[in-house]
Amino acid sequence: MSVNTRVLEWTETDLGVAGEQREVVRAPASVLATPGERVDPTSPDVVRLAADLVATMRVSPGCVGLAAPQVGVGAKVFCVDVSEHPKTREHHGTFVLCNAEVVSGSRNEKAREGCMSVPDLTGDVKRPSRIVVRGQLPGTGEEVELEAEAFEARALQHEIDHCDGLLFLDRAAGAHAVYARKTYL
Amino acid sequence: MTLHAITVLGHDRPGIIAETTDKIAGLGLNLEDSTMTLLRGHFAMMLVCEGPADDAEIEQALAPLTADGSLTVTVREVPAERAEAGDGSSWVLSVHGGDRPGIVSAVVAVIAGVGGNITDLTTRLASDFYLLVAEVDLPSGTDVAAVESELSRVAADLGVGVTLRAAETDEL
Ligand SMILES: [Zn+2]
Repeated sequence: MSVNTRVLEWTETDLGVAGEQREVVRAPASVLATPGERVDPTSPDVVRLAADLVATMRVSPGCVGLAAPQVGVGAKVFCVDVSEHPKTREHHGTFVLCNAEVVSGSRNEKAREGCMSVPDLTGDVKRPSRIVVRGQLPGTGEEVELEAEAFEARALQHEIDHCDGLLFLDRAAGAHAVYARKTYL
Repeated sequence: MTLHAITVLGHDRPGIIAETTDKIAGLGLNLEDSTMTLLRGHFAMMLVCEGPADDAEIEQALAPLTADGSLTVTVREVPAERAEAGDGSSWVLSVHGGDRPGIVSAVVAVIAGVGGNITDLTTRLASDFYLLVAEVDLPSGTDVAAVESELSRVAADLGVGVTLRAAETDEL
């Protein structure tokens, strides 16, 4: 795998606006089940949204990615940062992509996923562990293509799914692949 | 070969499975198939055992489990079922949205309507969020696109989302 240095070097300070924390919405909010709109990555609203997504991810413990529908905005924008996660191998640090799509994927692996918008459940999901993703950086709008693997690949697909109105539960491997985080007392 | 279906339901505590399987082993029964889960915190186990003991003997052996009234046990002889080879296709159905009555019945009616068989089902309620995940066998020749559109129509009426995906098996 080769790391895209343009994406690796990108940081939220490139956006030129200070992000503010937004409230994370939870299922069954309809915005989470609705495909997001494509966006103009150079528009000031999208730049602000990108900064806010990163800011919200930063203050959320354990959060490695956040998509616009999770803050109530039906748009194809998400951020990820898996650099602190123990399952991570090579990675691209913090970045935001607009209108992203998975171009190709291979080597399916199953792993358990959780989501800030579905706090009570986790589920086993099978996804390609090596992918190529294409999208646009917010602000400049430049198109980037990057290779991702392992945990970063999983996080990217989870967030791209959010932008398409899908939750990890839509990809649950089977009836016994969904788990309650808490027991009911 | 005599098969017995056994259910154990009730208040959860450590050791229920250990006690149950110990009694079953003590009667010389083979544990052929089992499933156990917690339903809203309640212990729920179903077993199919094979062996020479009759239902009354098994009930008697398991009686200590029910002594304090916290568990109920049923034992019933059942015929052997032949596992069907199945020339259909396997699917995973996921439905989720706001909790409301009738989600499961409306969705499974669509599957039943095309002769589909649900082979595994889990539903979860977390706050007001309802989730159903089912494994479904559809008969060969099923118009899957038509099933999907009927599921979408039913789901839209209920205000929930639905996805139907082919169950993938990675042969290793
Ligand atoms: Zn998520």
